[in-house]
Amino acid sequence: MSKITEKLKEDIRFREGLNACINCGTCTAICPAAEFYNYDPRQIAVDIQSDNEEKIIELLKSDTIWYCGECMSCKTRCPRNNTVGLIIMALRALSQELGYFTESEKGRQQLVVKRTVGEWSLQYGYCMYPEHITTHNFPEQGPIWDWERNNLHEVMERLGANYQGEGSGALRQIPQESLDELNKIFEVTGGHKRFETIEKFSKAKADEYGMSFDETQNNEYFDHIFVANHGNHTKE
Amino acid sequence: MKIEGKKNLWKEYQKEIADDKYFYARSCIRQNFFPASEKTFLQILKNELSKDIYDDAKHTTCTGIAYHTDIVPIETTMTVIARQFSLMTEAGYTNYVPSCITSFGLYTEILEMWEHMPEMETKARELLWKATKREFKKPENLAHASDIIYKFRNDIFARGKYSLVNKETGKPLHVVEHIGCHYAKMFPHRGVGGAEYPYVLAGMIEAFGGEVIDYPERRHCCGFGFRQYVVKANRGFSIASSKKKFESMSPYKPDFILTNCPGCPYFLDRWQYAISEMEGITYGENGYGIPVLTYEELAGLILGYDPWDLGLQTHQVSVEPLLNKIGIPYNTQTKYLGLRGEDLGKPQNPSVLKVY
Repeated sequence: MSKITEKLKEDIRFREGLNACINCGTCTAICPAAEFYNYDPRQIAVDIQSDNEEKIIELLKSDTIWYCGECMSCKTRCPRNNTVGLIIMALRALSQELGYFTESEKGRQQLVVKRTVGEWSLQYGYCMYPEHITTHNFPEQGPIWDWERNNLHEVMERLGANYQGEGSGALRQIPQESLDELNKIFEVTGGHKRFETIEKFSKAKADEYGMSFDETQNNEYFDHIFVANHGNHTKE
Repeated sequence: MKIEGKKNLWKEYQKEIADDKYFYARSCIRQNFFPASEKTFLQILKNELSKDIYDDAKHTTCTGIAYHTDIVPIETTMTVIARQFSLMTEAGYTNYVPSCITSFGLYTEILEMWEHMPEMETKARELLWKATKREFKKPENLAHASDIIYKFRNDIFARGKYSLVNKETGKPLHVVEHIGCHYAKMFPHRGVGGAEYPYVLAGMIEAFGGEVIDYPERRHCCGFGFRQYVVKANRGFSIASSKKKFESMSPYKPDFILTNCPGCPYFLDRWQYAISEMEGITYGENGYGIPVLTYEELAGLILGYDPWDLGLQTHQVSVEPLLNKIGIPYNTQTKYLGLRGEDLGKPQNPSVLKVY
């Protein structure tokens, strides 16, 4: 067994996700990502089973592993109880651990996710927060969201939320002790380490590109990876 | 097939849903975009059904979106979930009710994993203790908030003022439902009706007098896809998935879309707006969109709650065509006012999608 397969097998999702694939292609037939992207989950299972280290490393450096939407429709339909979505999660974890994720356009986007969903989770206790959801970055929110954001406290009050308030309720201020516990959990379980890894390799890639890079969401590298699309990801 | 045989077969698709004494875990997405839905859920349980439900202040994100965007390891997620269970234990409850389908799927996944790999549960307990000095008991019952509404759907309808019937024609409204991928696609036996015959929303629609419309892409993903929406460059995937559903459902002229997951109503509402801006296409009648409701909003309407108390003014697709069909009164003058009647102005109109 190749070292890379041994490494993948350390991930419980890899072991659970791949039994005996019969290459029937049912996963590809049901997959929403396969319909949109140049993506074939059946081929992922084939490549992984090959135990070809060179091929698997190529996969870890590719856009391919970042196309899946993790809807897990493949789990329902596979006649052999495989789940390509779980294999993808193991591949993405390893791609980040080894720093290969910055070799692909879609992989580089992990910094965006870390700087938004990741940091908001630790700062507020919520994976998203209305102050940061702007129609500049999320134009599909539409004029109704601009109205809400322009009157955020009043609208949240009207809707029965407890926005930034003490006690229970929607969008309450989560107590500092709870946020401290969340941070401590990230520290002892490898959450912070994954964040640091994403930052370290992203910084190296930004330096390689000669793009500015700082801790905010306003730098050349972040702006670039948030919207970059080379146009060869999809079927048309 | 004999009726008895059918009943036996159907038993495989049932799930146990606790009757009372719930610990409520809120949803990040629902709190941001549909906070009134969570308020309504608690109101229905406490005031209409006289149930004991604990509204906890100390729980956080379950890290479900972080987990499915792959920025946190499974050890982090299962330990955060262990902490949520610790809060339930601390509060003296055993029935855990998440308000989010991603969370529900993840809680199910972690509990299944612990059952089949006890060493992972041991690891979670050790990590939680190391981080917080907390201990926990696993829930005796795990039910999504929609499961609770489903369980009491007939009681709600019995107390209700309205039904899903067109007041002009007297015929049932046509409703499409979208249950959200992680409700039952991963662990079918944990959802009402499983992955093949999901009934959690269909049961509500039928109980409330409506007619469920089957359509080819009924089970297709709304297109959230986690990273496929969070990152702007990927949103083509997201909008294309929703568009595939709209194109598939619109020939059946649905009166509204009923949703289960907190993200799906957001996407199915907002992508209708975006498609109208990008391509000039609208999917409802006369240039309007197809209204999209959460299950809490639907239950609230049936019970006769004010549409603006339910937060329906914050949908980009106007709900008034649906309210008119049912005969639910609404005050156009108070739609965009604050709690004490403050004038908050009005949102601008989209350039194509018609709104009230």
